[in-house]
Amino acid sequence: MSTVQVEKTIDARGMACPGPLMNLIGAIRQGQVGQAFDVLSSDAGSKTDIPAWVAKAKQDLVEVREDDGFTHFVVRKAR
Amino acid sequence: MQNDVLILGGGVGGTVVANLVAKDLGDRARVTVVDTTGIHVYQPGFLYVAIGQEHPEALQRPEASLLRHDIKLVVDRATRVDTATQKVVLASGRTLRYDELLLATGSRTVMEEVPGGAGAHDFYTMDGATRLFKALKEFEGGKILIGVAGIPYKCPPAPVEFAFLLDDYLRSRHIRDKSEIGLLSPLNRAFTIEATSKLVQPILAERGIELTGFFNVETVDPIAKTVTSLEGDTMEYDLLVLVPPHRGQKVIEDSGLGDERGWVPVDKNTLKHTGFQNIWAVGDATNIPISKSGSVAHYEASVAAGALAAAVRGEAPPTHVYDGKVMCFLETGQGQATTISFDYDHPPVSPTPARRWHWLKTLFNKTYWHTVPQGRLP
Repeated sequence: MSTVQVEKTIDARGMACPGPLMNLIGAIRQGQVGQAFDVLSSDAGSKTDIPAWVAKAKQDLVEVREDDGFTHFVVRKAR
Repeated sequence: MQNDVLILGGGVGGTVVANLVAKDLGDRARVTVVDTTGIHVYQPGFLYVAIGQEHPEALQRPEASLLRHDIKLVVDRATRVDTATQKVVLASGRTLRYDELLLATGSRTVMEEVPGGAGAHDFYTMDGATRLFKALKEFEGGKILIGVAGIPYKCPPAPVEFAFLLDDYLRSRHIRDKSEIGLLSPLNRAFTIEATSKLVQPILAERGIELTGFFNVETVDPIAKTVTSLEGDTMEYDLLVLVPPHRGQKVIEDSGLGDERGWVPVDKNTLKHTGFQNIWAVGDATNIPISKSGSVAHYEASVAAGALAAAVRGEAPPTHVYDGKVMCFLETGQGQATTISFDYDHPPVSPTPARRWHWLKTLFNKTYWHTVPQGRLP
């Protein structure tokens, strides 16, 4: 389990790529530095899209965890 | 006894639902549309106003001329929905009661949320598109950047289309060789949809339009003429065109009917508000994670109209639900276009750009007034 406190869960299950990433970008835009967001995605594209954007945007990918048919991406706003 | 069916918003969704419900229910209901201006605006035309291919007056008609005669139009601004008493308060102080309520209030652009954004142009309002064309007429060369300052926004293909049409415009003025066009995309490709991106990216390259990925516009410095992204990159420009951030309407936010950005939470199939049994929403106003476009509002309208009519009759909701259908045109310049069609269960497909899609889009734009608002197209 993640040790960071999640500010908001973004349930993007069932949304096609790039919906989950776009929701994450929106959350980071609105959020405060230090807040973490748990994106739930069932789309295979998220596994490349989300880490690529997090690296580019110099945010913090705290955790990637498989669940029942979907993946958690816990991202902390680092800047 | 007549039910009061109240519709907030006289855009595509509100107008089509009003006409379909009034036709279906006849004397069973009093259908009222509340619209802030009383003028129906064909927003897809803003793109063409911005490059001088359309006149603003051709994109506007009185809303009353598009509604059936048995529909009442109230030109006023809804300021608050009181769900406890089933009343809507208007800016004039008047109140209207409802039995069934449709929120077709659309979205609003909030460039003021972008620090320095006042220095940018846009084509998301009539005024913005008109000002942009004036600036383009005075443009004699330099670097034009096209960026996106917030997601979601209306008509996802629009920035790509604008880049292509701008390329055509600058070539027609023989200043393309003195100009650079940069397209700043929020994603690591040209467009939200991967299949369509693969189709348009080679054409962007061929036209000399430079694509920069993962550039979500955050701030603008209009003095230094630089734009900076959420990702931390900064680029210089001579003329900046931004897709402004969007939100739901203030009446939705002030009435507690939306999420933190004012989007109305609805069931993605039935379009019914997740918190109220007698409220539905269509078009840009909803929180459904698909395109905010006239096409979506149009396809949703028949579903919402069926649900409203069934509620008035006291019948079970219809089995016909919204399946996520979207159909958009995407101009690729030089007289060609492609289309994008998909729904919740079928991934997007786009044909090879061709002249016939551009002609079809032009035909649709011209015939819109006689087909869509009246509910004549399925």
